[in-house]
Amino acid sequence: MKVSYYPGCSLHATGKEYDQSMKSVSSALGIELQEVDDWSCCGASSAHSTNFDLSIALSARNLISAEKNALDVMVPCAACFNRFKMAEHHLKADKELKTKIEDVVGAKYQGGIAIRNPIDIIYNEIGIDTLIAKIVKPLTGLKPVSYYGCLLLRPPEVCEFENYENPFMMDKMMDAIGADVKNWSYKTDCCGGSLAISKTSIVVDMCDKLMSAAKEAGANCVVTACPLCMANLDMRPSSKLKLPVFYFTELIALAMGLAGSKETFKSHIFNPQPLLKKLQLI
Amino acid sequence: METFLEQVNKEIHGVPLQACYHCRKCTAGCPTAQHMEYNPNKVIKMIQNGKREQVLNSKTIWLCLSCETCITRCPNQVDIARMMDVLRQMAIESGVGAKEKNVLKFHEAFLAGIKRGGRINEPMMMAEYKLKSLDLFSDVLLAPGMFMKGKLSLLSPRTKDIKSVKDIFEKTKHS
Ligand code: SF4
Ligand code: SF4
Ligand code: SF4
Ligand code: SF4
Repeated sequence: MKVSYYPGCSLHATGKEYDQSMKSVSSALGIELQEVDDWSCCGASSAHSTNFDLSIALSARNLISAEKNALDVMVPCAACFNRFKMAEHHLKADKELKTKIEDVVGAKYQGGIAIRNPIDIIYNEIGIDTLIAKIVKPLTGLKPVSYYGCLLLRPPEVCEFENYENPFMMDKMMDAIGADVKNWSYKTDCCGGSLAISKTSIVVDMCDKLMSAAKEAGANCVVTACPLCMANLDMRPSSKLKLPVFYFTELIALAMGLAGSKETFKSHIFNPQPLLKKLQLI
Repeated sequence: METFLEQVNKEIHGVPLQACYHCRKCTAGCPTAQHMEYNPNKVIKMIQNGKREQVLNSKTIWLCLSCETCITRCPNQVDIARMMDVLRQMAIESGVGAKEKNVLKFHEAFLAGIKRGGRINEPMMMAEYKLKSLDLFSDVLLAPGMFMKGKLSLLSPRTKDIKSVKDIFEKTKHS
């Protein structure tokens, strides 16, 4: 299948491991990515926290650009995904706002393309069976808890993601690649990402709570699908509580034995290579 | 004249705050309620009582993480997350400013970064935030480590049609 691809700013910087692994996994699973033409930032929480019209217009500029490809758009960053779904929601519900935003952006918004997260695309379009058939090295010994965070799921009537209180798609994928995924009740708790830089001490406590819960659940790592959750969980917890954190696509790439799949682990802030070596996975 | 409650309801443009029956489910699930001087459902009460200054000048509205847990759990679909956005915007527009100054300074640095390049260049944005906030000695996203690991570069690609982005900022400027 072919989809538009909106990387967002993070995937070119702190989240580059997500971009790299997303591209190699997509290509191995037969998903062709066409980057959204001349995209710009979605505005993230800084736009909607201070200026509603700006937040909708910045997202609308990208959605309108994506419409040129007439394909579903894959949005790997949970924050961008949330902003796009939110803009779509408001533009479809409020005609007056739509007219105003079209005037601001200087182009018409059609609303005809689906905004999708890669978890949903891989799980629902490619399917677990296809994924299993491509595994060459099951990740035996890896015990992740899956962390979905806030912005993929909430508010549910905007995000339209499966099972918003207890999502399972990422867990099923981890299971498919041979990892011993642990259950825990913090899958959708907030990590405090949006205040990580301006109110760091509050956020350290939130991350510590998550890491302690992961350890209690018997996990030896955390798996995520968002560059902001990743940056936060990789950097902010107190050192004695840290666990390796992975993008789900990095682990799929490793289990599929894809070229370059060992490289992305080198740039994590908390080095996951000792764990992977101990388990003889790299 | 419009009451404070009417003004906020108009901007929320959804379920009016009167729908709240103060069950406190929102506050129970809010990850930062313990750090707020007024918890989320207290803010609704204060708005209903016309406490405009106190609400707009509170830390609470800047400590909301926009995690959307409150609206997800509210039995009446009261959109507290959106309400917090509305209150922050009112605080800025009315000149009250931000009780948590660094939170707003971070947003300003972030938006200035988008306006400049269309996309966020993390090291430049952080440098700007540090200068604005004078919060010079905390971690700077652990920058030296990040540069060494090849994650951050000062020269990430920008949006080519930067004028279209600047126009969006111009046309949505607070009046
Ligand atoms: S949410 Fe983050 S990554 Fe996504 S476009 Fe906005 S700033 Fe860039
Ligand atoms: S980074 Fe944290 S706050 Fe942001 S979506 Fe992920 S879990 Fe929520
Ligand atoms: S959960 Fe809803 S009804 Fe209950 S106190 Fe909060 S806003 Fe009011
Ligand atoms: S969106 Fe804000 S008020 Fe609502 S639960 Fe999250 S932090 Fe609390």
